[in-house]
Amino acid sequence: MSRYRIPGKGRIDHARPVRFTFDGRVIEGRQGDTVASALLASGIHLMGRSFKYHRPRGVVSAGSEEPNALIGTQRGGPDRFEPNTRATMQEVWDGLTTESQNKWPSLAFDLGAINDRLYMLFSAGFYYKTFMWPKAFWDKVYEPFIRRAAGLGRSPALPDPDHYASRNLHCDVLIVGAGPAGLAAALSAARAGAQVVLVDEHAEMGGTLLSEPQLRIDGAGAWDWLAATLAELSALPNVRLMSRTTAIGYYHENMVGLCQRLTDHLASPPADAPRERLWRVRAKQVVLAQGAIEKPLVFDGNDRPGVMLSGAAQTFLHRFGVKVGDRPVVVTVHDSAWHTAFDLAAAGMKVAAIVDLRNDVAPALVQQARTLGIEPLPGHTVTGTTGRLRVASVRVAAVSGSQVASGRRIACDALLMCGGWTPSLHLFSHTKGSLRWDAETGAFLPDRKTEACQIAGAGRGLWGVAAALDDGAKAGALAASAAGRVAGAGTFAVSGDRPGRGVVVRELPTDGNPGRAKAFVDYQNDVTAKDIRLAVREGMRSIEHVKRYTTNGMATDQGKLSNINGLMIASEALQKPAPEVGLTTFRPPYTPTSFGALAGYHKDDHFEVTRRTPIDAWADAQGAVFEPVALWRRARYFPRAGEDMHKAVARECRAVRSAVGMFDASTLGKIEVVGPDAATFLERMYTNPWAKLQPGRCRYGLLLGEDGFIRDDGVIGRLADDRFHVTTTTGGAARVLNMMEDYLQTEWPDLNVWLTSTTEQWAVVALQGPNARKLLEPLVEGLDLSDAAFPHMAVAECTVAGFLARLFRVSFTGELGFEINVPARHGRALWDLLWQAGQAHGVTAYGTEAMHVLRAEKGFIIVGQDTDGTVTPQDAGLTWAIGKAKPDFVGKRSLMRPDIVARGRKQLVGLLTDDPATVLEEGAQIVADPSKPLPMRMIGHVTSSYWSEALGRSIAMALIEDGHDLQGKTLHVPMEGRTIAARVSGVTFYDPEGQRLKV
Amino acid sequence: MTHFSAMSLLKNALTGHKNWREQWPDSQPKAEYDVVIVGAGGHGLGAAYYLARQHGITRVAVIDKGWLGGGNTGRNTTIVRSNYLYDESARLYDHALDLWDDLSQELNYNVMYSKRGVMMLAHNVHDVQSFQRHIHSNRLNGVDNRWLTPEQAKAFCPPLDISARRRYPVMGAALQMRAGTARHDAVAWGYARGAAARGVDIVQNCAVTAIRRGPDGAVIGVETSRGFIKARKVAVSAAGNTSVVLQSAGLRMPLESYPLQALVSEPVKPIFPCVVMSNSVHAYISQSDKGELVIGSGTDQYVSYSQRGGLPLIEHTVAAICEVFPIFRRMRMLRKWGGIVDVTPDRSPILGKLPVPGLYVNCGWGTGGFKATPGAGHLLAWTVAKDEPHPINAPFTLERFTTGRLIDEAAAAAVAH
Amino acid sequence: MLLIHCPYCEETLPEAEFAYAGEAHIARPADPMALSDEEWRDFLFIRSNPRGTHFERWRHLHGCGRFFNAVRDTVTDKFQMTYKAGLPRPDLSAMKEAAE
Repeated sequence: MSRYRIPGKGRIDHARPVRFTFDGRVIEGRQGDTVASALLASGIHLMGRSFKYHRPRGVVSAGSEEPNALIGTQRGGPDRFEPNTRATMQEVWDGLTTESQNKWPSLAFDLGAINDRLYMLFSAGFYYKTFMWPKAFWDKVYEPFIRRAAGLGRSPALPDPDHYASRNLHCDVLIVGAGPAGLAAALSAARAGAQVVLVDEHAEMGGTLLSEPQLRIDGAGAWDWLAATLAELSALPNVRLMSRTTAIGYYHENMVGLCQRLTDHLASPPADAPRERLWRVRAKQVVLAQGAIEKPLVFDGNDRPGVMLSGAAQTFLHRFGVKVGDRPVVVTVHDSAWHTAFDLAAAGMKVAAIVDLRNDVAPALVQQARTLGIEPLPGHTVTGTTGRLRVASVRVAAVSGSQVASGRRIACDALLMCGGWTPSLHLFSHTKGSLRWDAETGAFLPDRKTEACQIAGAGRGLWGVAAALDDGAKAGALAASAAGRVAGAGTFAVSGDRPGRGVVVRELPTDGNPGRAKAFVDYQNDVTAKDIRLAVREGMRSIEHVKRYTTNGMATDQGKLSNINGLMIASEALQKPAPEVGLTTFRPPYTPTSFGALAGYHKDDHFEVTRRTPIDAWADAQGAVFEPVALWRRARYFPRAGEDMHKAVARECRAVRSAVGMFDASTLGKIEVVGPDAATFLERMYTNPWAKLQPGRCRYGLLLGEDGFIRDDGVIGRLADDRFHVTTTTGGAARVLNMMEDYLQTEWPDLNVWLTSTTEQWAVVALQGPNARKLLEPLVEGLDLSDAAFPHMAVAECTVAGFLARLFRVSFTGELGFEINVPARHGRALWDLLWQAGQAHGVTAYGTEAMHVLRAEKGFIIVGQDTDGTVTPQDAGLTWAIGKAKPDFVGKRSLMRPDIVARGRKQLVGLLTDDPATVLEEGAQIVADPSKPLPMRMIGHVTSSYWSEALGRSIAMALIEDGHDLQGKTLHVPMEGRTIAARVSGVTFYDPEGQRLKV
Repeated sequence: MTHFSAMSLLKNALTGHKNWREQWPDSQPKAEYDVVIVGAGGHGLGAAYYLARQHGITRVAVIDKGWLGGGNTGRNTTIVRSNYLYDESARLYDHALDLWDDLSQELNYNVMYSKRGVMMLAHNVHDVQSFQRHIHSNRLNGVDNRWLTPEQAKAFCPPLDISARRRYPVMGAALQMRAGTARHDAVAWGYARGAAARGVDIVQNCAVTAIRRGPDGAVIGVETSRGFIKARKVAVSAAGNTSVVLQSAGLRMPLESYPLQALVSEPVKPIFPCVVMSNSVHAYISQSDKGELVIGSGTDQYVSYSQRGGLPLIEHTVAAICEVFPIFRRMRMLRKWGGIVDVTPDRSPILGKLPVPGLYVNCGWGTGGFKATPGAGHLLAWTVAKDEPHPINAPFTLERFTTGRLIDEAAAAAVAH
Repeated sequence: MLLIHCPYCEETLPEAEFAYAGEAHIARPADPMALSDEEWRDFLFIRSNPRGTHFERWRHLHGCGRFFNAVRDTVTDKFQMTYKAGLPRPDLSAMKEAAE
């Protein structure tokens, strides 16, 4: 079954077979395999279908840059399924289920491949030029067709049962990439005592060293040196090594996001283990040692299964003990692929030929090829390939100047290509660091830095392991020194290094018609060289336009393989040097990152906190229906058996008006304003006058923004000359305190005032109703509750049921009312005692809905419902709350602006439907003349509307243009299918004289 | 201009696509134009197109410091809708929606306007009241918008989790069926092609460094990195950079520029049929024709031109999407990016004349400019051509910040009480 | 995530602890009622919004709670300095000269 496995070779555990499935077929791999290496070991190259043409595709790379071999992966049931997993990164484990994508009915026979036959139609940007007629077909026919054809894998369909974690970490030196440069950097920094974090995206650290076992470093074999180095590092307490960890993004001030994959490689993960963990690392210094990515070559048929990067073949051989074929051909413009060929030959593969576009290949390489029985073909090009589901032959031809001779075919079962190497600069680019074009290496290299980082090794264009080690050691030492350590850089004695040289090519020369060639630049998105030339022909001049028009570089590999080739082809077509055409921006994350990891702990109940009052559990036990209000949950109503909301609210309202109701008002915002200048401060903040308010008295306070619009309101009690108890709306507490702090600290720092949030310090129980005093009086000590001694709008400190309390005589219902503030820890006990005592007085718990009805019956506004951020005190009918004699307060000046004093402003009024049984919809719009056609001129809207149990009819409040002048006028509320007539009234519907408070 | 059609595509396919011509030339700036438009995004290019097409003014240059369509036009989440609350806004955005409807045919360029519906989720009583207000107002304004129960919302968008146990349960939704998405680049390219074909010069990589005024105070032209360009009329449509450009004409604006981030997932087969927005959890999502989930959120908190943005906002946005759509937790983020949006104090745009003769502005679209593209272009062209605003953009003056007649869509959404 | 130096705590801490509070050095006029509509508008709404050096306010919300001022480059997002509320706008060119 594993005919392509070389016994004993590689770093996998040959003694431990692992079985998984691919499209239902059982595949046997070895512990340490990736899905890609295990499939290759079984002779399977065909792993996917491309995005647009549905062309058969095999694995191209051995790393995270893989564009083709994307598979669906599943653990157990369908709730642990994810699409588009790179087969080159997914480790195998017993029971793993995998599937190929973007094919129907099967991977080998895909009807979608008809697109490939029509490829000339599906040129770059073809969809901008057609599908416009008939117009209605876009939504109905064309778009659904395109959508079905596009996409890659299928989305998960069930909620994810796994959980995810996140952590913050601070360190001296974060090193990204554990190849030779990264390891050497870690050694320098760690030996200097720096706190070091070394991360690598692969399962194993070592990078290139894993694929170059022939190297000797400081006298040891590469793998022994690697083992010793990792052992030394992991033994140091100041070093943290993290494999399977991808640095996804490089953010401000040296913050790097890491995604660590914890369980996707395990056959049986611990039950409570998070699947992935997001790390937010803040490093004093970052060393980027991400290495370089091999470039594919662009030629006709460069995408057949079996065509892959030469470095990938080398990795599959050395790391996994897998032969990528029996008879490979190599095509290259760089020395490194020659060494791959030699390694493959040494492992027993029959390398048919090495095709190199260069004429001046080093004679030693040519000689060695001959020695190994490989036909060297310098000065040659590849002009085509054959083979449908696997490459079968390659057509090679001699190149002389611009002439390409007629070629010949060489049979092969794999074609290994090398177009040179591209430094990995993604993370560096996230920092907006600038790049410079290096003509010699034909690559962009890091230039100006914006963050405290070092770039080491191949990432800055240094080829070879010796150079990477030395450069890494220096970078590590520099980083450690910059982080305040005394550090030196070691040196390394390296033998067997094969750095090599190469040239930069655009497309391989061909004797065919390049306009017909299927020479792919972006494999996944099926972008060919001719697509890029077409984009240029059509006027796309910037690389950003070319990218967007052709989608080159926009696939899930984010252009890791395609960007530079695309740029080179575009620059040739534009006849401009590459740096002038520019490079597209690298955007985070480095590789696709699961939503789960990004969301971390913030899911379900932990998505955001739910604030609960001390009385919440009681309400819950009573079967209350809750509503979310800002971050709080509040009891909306307390239904009894058989009651809907309407019935429950009507009962609760009746109880308040006839006996006594109990209401949990603990969510009200509370701010303690203290100090000799407290009254002056409130004078300036609120519209109302405060200087003359006597201690022991309260007043309704209205707060505006500086723009003159109502921001908040609440009752404010004066406890002493220098102490106020300010209440705010539930949602406004934090905003109001922030606003107060802002003015106090920055505008009036001369005022001697302290502000303290006391919202959660006090639990608040409101007792409202004619029996309120009867209920409360026996429980109060130290205070005469009679109307004369403790009138409406009085406040006092006393003892209630044995608890120290701040007692307010206030009413948001129009009934005799008290609000009892006790320390929050006593809130539940107070509630229980009042509830018990209340049984004799017909006490009923009421929720926010009844509270809204009761206050509306009295015409009290709710900020945010009856106002919307565009309402002034005049608009809301609250001019009485403005201190007329005050020279200034926040927002006063804005009330004089021309359009604020002009006619036509929306003003708050009452609205009574002609049919008392009809309850208007909140948000319904009001018109003067409902007979007009649409668009109809609207003059206002209903802000609050309820069934009033007390009045036995509906009531509503509305904001209406010049509404204060329309008293008694009939207006209309056009609903779907009917229009409701209603009369403008005052806003105080119940007990307008306020008699019920005078008891 | 080569006419685009299935026929022309077929014909060119047979000749190896050798005969397509450039969709717009990369023009060198001339010494003088009748109108200079600063900013070659969708809005600016659209204005140039309508100046030429509807007003016969073709001596027009659209100047950009970078490549056309490289700013917010190419960086947004492509949502198109018009279900705004105030009459002024509803008319403004609905005007754009009317133009969107025929835009592919008008431009002979498929902008892929996809009326797949935009659904806004209500998560608390306050949301319900607010959306009901929008729906009633939209209905009487002739703007399509309807209320859905949680079950209807789920039927319309099956991935939605409407179970009551969620931290933000779905209490209903407002659905605008005519709304949807469009292909952002195509809008810029289509207008550029159409404008260029009518004689407009599109001058790229040419930064406007100053607006020049004559002795009488009126505009006489713009200084650019490629020399002075004479023009009696200059329209600034430069999004995040508007206040910087106008500063040179001595105007200080009520604008601040913030980074706005967006992200896409890896592509998958069709799973998400519409656009869903949730103001309470601060996120919105749709699926592109390519299969990527396109996700956006609010702005970062500080003024910035860095187009960088931080990780915390992305974490929050993704968490928000997964809270409403828990099936997406195993999807992966493919890339995220940032744009710079210019925001006015009332979150409504400024589109009209400025107190400098010959100077016009189109700015302040905040996070919502893409949807207005055809409308903004059309109205800016009208305003420039006639030297007076169209009735639809007449309320969107700079003066409203003096008089207090704000059009405060953000405040109208108000705050939870 | 930015790193911000609180001039009161004298510590450099992550942005998550801070709330941005708009442009700095826009003092509330001593007598707003004496201002013209245009002057009042300037105070309320007009902002410099520069591409480059920006004087701005932050509040160490989840720390000491104090408002303070900062100088930040809006293109690079780099802070040049932070200083206590109430201090005058620093003369950056003078500081630069002194540094050189």
